[in-house]
Amino acid sequence: MAHGHTPHEIHHVNYMAIFWWLLGLTILEIFAGVARAGPAYPHVLKGFLLVIMALGKAALVALYFMHLRFERRTLGFIALIPLMLSVFIVLMVLPDF
Amino acid sequence: MTQQAAAHAIEPAETPLTPESWGKLGMWVFLAGDAMSFGMLLAGYAVMRSTSKNWPVPADVLGITLTAIMTFLLICSSVTMVKGLDAIKRGDRNGLVKFLLLTMLGGIIFLGMQAYEWTHLIHEGLGLTQNKWGASLFGTTFFLITGFHGMHVTGGVIYLGAIAWRGSRGIYSANNWNEVEIVGLYWHFVDLVWILVFTFVYLL
Repeated sequence: MAHGHTPHEIHHVNYMAIFWWLLGLTILEIFAGVARAGPAYPHVLKGFLLVIMALGKAALVALYFMHLRFERRTLGFIALIPLMLSVFIVLMVLPDF
Repeated sequence: MTQQAAAHAIEPAETPLTPESWGKLGMWVFLAGDAMSFGMLLAGYAVMRSTSKNWPVPADVLGITLTAIMTFLLICSSVTMVKGLDAIKRGDRNGLVKFLLLTMLGGIIFLGMQAYEWTHLIHEGLGLTQNKWGASLFGTTFFLITGFHGMHVTGGVIYLGAIAWRGSRGIYSANNWNEVEIVGLYWHFVDLVWILVFTFVYLL
């Protein structure tokens, strides 16, 4: 199955560095998530921190493990559209309640 | 015309986005559709939770420690997957099979831990239509979302097994690793979805 092969550029990625970033962000997420929301730690702040960290981890996996960083930009749009549509649908449906 | 000449005459066109492989583009399009499925499950969850009067705090009901280990496991399995691809790009067939088997092991242990978690929660009183801690939709959404993801992990383990089998038969090489890259895309997607599920269902 070697038909139509365009020579592949070699991109060296430090996968272990990405792993440590993912591990670190996971640990921070757990602390942020388990901590009780209250006057000193508002719900909005908790939500914001968790979402930012989750999106950061997702981006690391998508960009480096799934190689999107080195692919054509349009492929990245194909990947990004479901995320945008999911957020869009939540914003469109919530006002009905 | 000879067979070879005929094959060259109908050389398939390259895809504009992934010139090296149609299969890779096909997987990306499939993953975009699958991302929509998970996106809609999570969006529905977000709406139901935000409009519910007695939604329990997930950390009070669900085992965060166990799930944190499960998350760590899937991250490790993504690393072994990418190391497997790296190995076959260098022509290391044994390395490929070793790392694919390790990736499968990560997935199987994840499923085992999820089965343990589900059993424990069902015994405690959380079900598809019941929840002793509050809104029944908490149980419904929890089992549907984690179950749908678990199905993907199961399918992924089987898929990895098929590629590992083909790898053990020497089908892949430094010049032919397209199928390994494609299974890697699926597995990383499964990990990525879990990152989001862990955040929105367990931590938030």
